[in-house]
Amino acid sequence: MTMIKKFSMAAMAVAMSATSSLAATNITWWHGMGGRNGEVINEVSQKFNASQTACNLTPISKGTYEEALATGIAAFRSGEQPNILQVFDAGAATIINAKGATVAAEDLINNAGYKFDRNAFIEGVRYFYADSKGKFIGMPFNSSAPIMYVNPQAFEKAGVAVPKTWEEFETVAPKLKEAGFIPMTASQLTWQFTENFFSRQNIQFANNNNGYDSVVDTKMNLTDKNLVMMFEKLKAWSDAGLYKFYGASWNDNQKPFEEGKVAMWIGSSGSFGGLQKTASMPFSADFLPYWSSIKGAGTNTFIGGAALFAMAGKPEAENKCTADFFQFLTSPEIQKFYHQATGYVAITKAAYELAKKEGYYEKTPVAEVGIKQLMLPSGEWSKGYRLGFYPQIRSIMEREYNKIFSGETTVQKAFETIEKEGNDLLTRFAKTAG
Amino acid sequence: MAYTTSQPQPGGFLSRLGFGGKARSRKTAVAAEEMKRVQFTSPVLPYLFLFPQLAVIFIFFYWPSVQAVSSSFYLEDPFGFGSTFVGLSNYTDVIFSSEYQSIALFTAVFTVLVTFLSLSLGLLLAVKADRVIRGASTYKTLLIAIYAIAAPVSGLIGMMIFDQHVGPFVKMMSYFGWHMQVGLNYYDTAFAMTVVAVWKQIPYNFIFFLSGLQNVPVSVREAAMIDCRSGMRRFWTVILPLLAPTAFFLLTINVTYALFDTFGIIDVMVKDKPANNPVTLVYKVYADGFRGNDIGGSSAQSVILMIVVFVLTIFQFRFIERRVHYN
Repeated sequence: MTMIKKFSMAAMAVAMSATSSLAATNITWWHGMGGRNGEVINEVSQKFNASQTACNLTPISKGTYEEALATGIAAFRSGEQPNILQVFDAGAATIINAKGATVAAEDLINNAGYKFDRNAFIEGVRYFYADSKGKFIGMPFNSSAPIMYVNPQAFEKAGVAVPKTWEEFETVAPKLKEAGFIPMTASQLTWQFTENFFSRQNIQFANNNNGYDSVVDTKMNLTDKNLVMMFEKLKAWSDAGLYKFYGASWNDNQKPFEEGKVAMWIGSSGSFGGLQKTASMPFSADFLPYWSSIKGAGTNTFIGGAALFAMAGKPEAENKCTADFFQFLTSPEIQKFYHQATGYVAITKAAYELAKKEGYYEKTPVAEVGIKQLMLPSGEWSKGYRLGFYPQIRSIMEREYNKIFSGETTVQKAFETIEKEGNDLLTRFAKTAG
Repeated sequence: MAYTTSQPQPGGFLSRLGFGGKARSRKTAVAAEEMKRVQFTSPVLPYLFLFPQLAVIFIFFYWPSVQAVSSSFYLEDPFGFGSTFVGLSNYTDVIFSSEYQSIALFTAVFTVLVTFLSLSLGLLLAVKADRVIRGASTYKTLLIAIYAIAAPVSGLIGMMIFDQHVGPFVKMMSYFGWHMQVGLNYYDTAFAMTVVAVWKQIPYNFIFFLSGLQNVPVSVREAAMIDCRSGMRRFWTVILPLLAPTAFFLLTINVTYALFDTFGIIDVMVKDKPANNPVTLVYKVYADGFRGNDIGGSSAQSVILMIVVFVLTIFQFRFIERRVHYN
């Protein structure tokens, strides 16, 4: 059904581009979103096309994030690249390190006669798709943060408060279990308990400034004692029935929470829209917990999701249109629309203020949690990472994490393996850039 | 169509892989030559007819193969800006990686299991269906219909049957004390994948075995019946040898199916995240190449796969086909 809808929307967009604007400059946008999120992309494009006459934007779905990136790369190599390509967080190093594949979003916007203001963006959004000096290469688009969803009924029944830290979790979890609930599930350990563990605890993830400064000799710090401790705790909680692990699949871990069996589920701020439809009980949300025993912990997390990249090799007039669209996209009204339609966070302060003034967060406080977490004070190591072949590194992590919980390996051994294989991949990646 | 095929020609399948000339026996080559002399007046004409097929093979097989071989010696930035010649290091990296070795081992076990189970079950069903007289076509249609299901769809069905939370098979097994966790436990996932892959392939084998059985002359069957009372023995000594050409063709097809065509099932069943779950070599090529953008490493893997298939095919035709008698 959604497929049909998607096709008809795309057909409509094509038809509109053919009829409405013969003189307009056509630009294309390849993305990797389906379902409701894909429809919202079409709506945003229609709004853009209706707002002016000089440019005409056509969005095209290329399947999943990975497929969008792979098709974008293949198209670039044959000179058929779109003007705008959506690239997900784990693919950021691939596209940003390919110097000459993209025009930095900041340059593009400044060249088009606008004034790009980095400070207009909220803290956690600013660095992930930027270079080491903070210049925006990609334009952050659908942005999310790992947050903790809460089933209030469980906490009421157990008579405990929602934990802010993992220490508090350890005291309340047994009571939640006694009350007949699975205290916690989590949907993506790589993102929530590894990448964002480093940022929430303010611990260095990799040398070379978390990989931002150079690809040469970049090594990950995955045998960090705090990270190992976190997973030893997770394993111990899992053995004690305080945490339940259902494998690497996102939905397998989300489903029990939707069914009301779980007290706390670590998901994404972007899960909010879907959860409203699927959850069988009322729910709220809170920040991702941290270890208060770790010095300097409690800093913000960085964005997940994806960014839009302006591909190089396009005529000046088309680049101008792409810049116009980026400006349009980051305008408070459109940001607010996108934020409310999808559940992804608003990426600019102005959009956040606008939604707040409207009273959106009083009605739906859950929608504010992700933004507030991204706006927490940042630390030296909370801005994210830039690591090559990262999709494969994530696969290695997923493999070893599964082994931890199925008892095939120990936490220490698992992280030694991930570090070794992951660093080998980083060495390989450095060679591809040479 | 399947019912009228008397002897499936292995040559047809092979020529698709580009081995046509070598596999043809001398007898058929001579026959073809005679036919050529009879039918084609101009020497260019046969090549003209061959051209479309050759063009397809060239564009979709040879050209990409050459590309894969050449890029397997480089480490390349996916956008094509920088590339470093690394000699054989893509190959050594792959071959000595413990992950690759365990995937290769799983692929071998999976291929043997899927081939053996789907061939034997397909044969069993064909033999039983061959004897049915009342409502024969209904049974046959029901058995064959499964073949129309696309691989990803059968993967989806498998995913539902083996779902951790709501899967009926998982619930049933929990009464017997087996708490399946497909997606978390390596062997549970391997079990589920094998079941779905076999289920998907049985109808194909069924069709061919059934048509093979129906080609066994009634006179031979009757003669055998006079000689021997035991149906089991008649099957092993008379019917099965007559089915050998069909079985050999199916063996080749099933091995390729298990190696390559199960991709759709596996991709759906691991839900985009293989983690510690079993995958096959071809899935690994996809994961590294298309998701990881490691073009060099992925090319090296696909060249290794090509060599494996090449060796396997030669082996099959050299050593197994010798024991098959085509009439």
